[in-house]
Amino acid sequence: MGAVFAETALTRRKRLTERLAQGILGLMALSLVVPLVTIVAYLFVQAWPLLSWDFLTSNPIDGMRHGGIWSAFLGTMYLVTASLCVSAPIGVLAAVYLNEYAEDNWLTRMINLAVVNLAGVPSIVHALFGLGAFVLFAGIGRSIIAASLTLAIMTLPVIIASTKESLASVPRSFREACWNVGATRWQTIRRIVLPNSVSGILTGVILQVSRTAGETAPIMFTGAVFFKKIPEGDIFAYSLTDQCMALSMHLYTVTTQVTNAPHALPYAIAVALLGTVLVVNALSIGTRVYLRSRKKW
Amino acid sequence: MTQTTVQLNPPPAAQDDAELVLPTRAKRRFTEVAAERAIEGLIHLCGVSAILFVFGIFFFVFREGAPYVFGGDFKLGEFLFSTEWYPTSMGNPRYGVLSLIVGTFSVTALATLIAVPFGLGSAVFVSEFSGDKGRETLKVVIELLAAIPSVVWGFIGISVMNPVIQNVFHAPVGLNVLNGALLLALMSVPIMVSIGEDALKAVPDSYREAALAMGATRWQMVYRVLVPAAKNGLLAAVLLGVGRAVGETMAVLMATGHAINIPHSVFDPVRTLTATIAAELGEASAGSPHYRVLFIIGILLFTITFIVNLTADLAIRGIRKR
Repeated sequence: MGAVFAETALTRRKRLTERLAQGILGLMALSLVVPLVTIVAYLFVQAWPLLSWDFLTSNPIDGMRHGGIWSAFLGTMYLVTASLCVSAPIGVLAAVYLNEYAEDNWLTRMINLAVVNLAGVPSIVHALFGLGAFVLFAGIGRSIIAASLTLAIMTLPVIIASTKESLASVPRSFREACWNVGATRWQTIRRIVLPNSVSGILTGVILQVSRTAGETAPIMFTGAVFFKKIPEGDIFAYSLTDQCMALSMHLYTVTTQVTNAPHALPYAIAVALLGTVLVVNALSIGTRVYLRSRKKW
Repeated sequence: MTQTTVQLNPPPAAQDDAELVLPTRAKRRFTEVAAERAIEGLIHLCGVSAILFVFGIFFFVFREGAPYVFGGDFKLGEFLFSTEWYPTSMGNPRYGVLSLIVGTFSVTALATLIAVPFGLGSAVFVSEFSGDKGRETLKVVIELLAAIPSVVWGFIGISVMNPVIQNVFHAPVGLNVLNGALLLALMSVPIMVSIGEDALKAVPDSYREAALAMGATRWQMVYRVLVPAAKNGLLAAVLLGVGRAVGETMAVLMATGHAINIPHSVFDPVRTLTATIAAELGEASAGSPHYRVLFIIGILLFTITFIVNLTADLAIRGIRKR
């Protein structure tokens, strides 16, 4: 009687393969965690001697070999803010169009295709576009404006995608209820859809801040410079038509162009850049997890 | 239930009050209607802006390169199939990008080879094997991995991978195809995981239940049922990862050694199309043939990534159709 339930050779092999597959796949997933943790820890350890508040708030001196990163840090903040001011409204409205107005026709398919392809355009091609369109054709010249516009177009598809997702997560019954009491489409969007998805939209936009802060190639030829001296501690030191330094560009410069820099300096810049990016990211992920847990429908 | 008339379709955009016969509705002021029309116009404009930007990118990049293409000195065959890239030669500058194309191709191919098993394996693990806690943690890690800027990857290539490759493989230089490929693999894995997971999620649960009910183990279910059912989406995941690798600039600029040659092993330094633009655009004087050729390389890159993304999109659309 018991023999019926005993393990046969076949079931044992099945069980072993199952274990093996699960183990290997798990190791593959784990192998993504390990480099992230080791690399971040290694960078941080190497950078430790230089990290201080002064490092953030003082300008680079002595051919960028000493001093801090103030002008680069401030430049990055300017670029991120300015590009977001352009890409967030356009991106959100474009997503509203795609999710709320667009019908299933060739134009919508074209737009979706364009968004996918815009997301896939290499960053250096965005740089060429920024140089050709904003710096030369529009005559803006190399400036924070030109660099931010280039960054804005680059971040647009991701904002569209994340906004679309949060708009789509508002149940259709909410809209139907609103239409049924006689509201127009725009009233429904303004009073029902946007308020119910604003948190998701914001999370997507915040996430975009971190991506923008790390970009180097698109700003290299459109507005970022190797070195620029600005007053320390003055957050209005750049004007929008100035060229500026940027953290990402600064890391590139110090790593590849500056000789005899102290060993810890590029590590410290990398940690500052990574820190900015990861803090913003963690903030956005945290908000999302919190909001998802609170969601009532 | 049948008595209630539920309006299932949205009302037409910004319509006049006359058409709506709802008794409780107050007459709207002209300014309100006008404002609504205006904002809806703006929304439509933003909606089509993506198309404008894609054409704009092509147009403005091509506009800078065009004078050289139509100037008479440009031969497409020589440009694509010559390995002689001597843009700054005084007497006889030559612009053959074959070594750069091979450079891009070799780094991308090796990166894909490394990234595909890890990316798709992790996608399967995240979607089918890990519990809820594990899934959330892994997704956060993958998102953070995706958030590391490419210039930081490039710096890691120079400061961490370079000595490691020299010591482990006794290679003369650590900045080579392998270094760049490892970085690109780490950069493209997050895309493969997230798109691949979406593709697996899109397979109906009834498929899983049917397989399990017939006595299949989870692994058998994955490779006999889920992978065949999700193969288009998984293909799209790989292609989007490849697209990212082809277009990546800063990491390969810093980590592949910057030597223009056709590589014979993974320990040879190379230079890619993207890195060439980034490295030389600053030095080329505006309007010179060298400067214009760099924009033509940009068009070449645009075309390559366009085709890759289009294929990925068609693959994804294939799933939705079914």
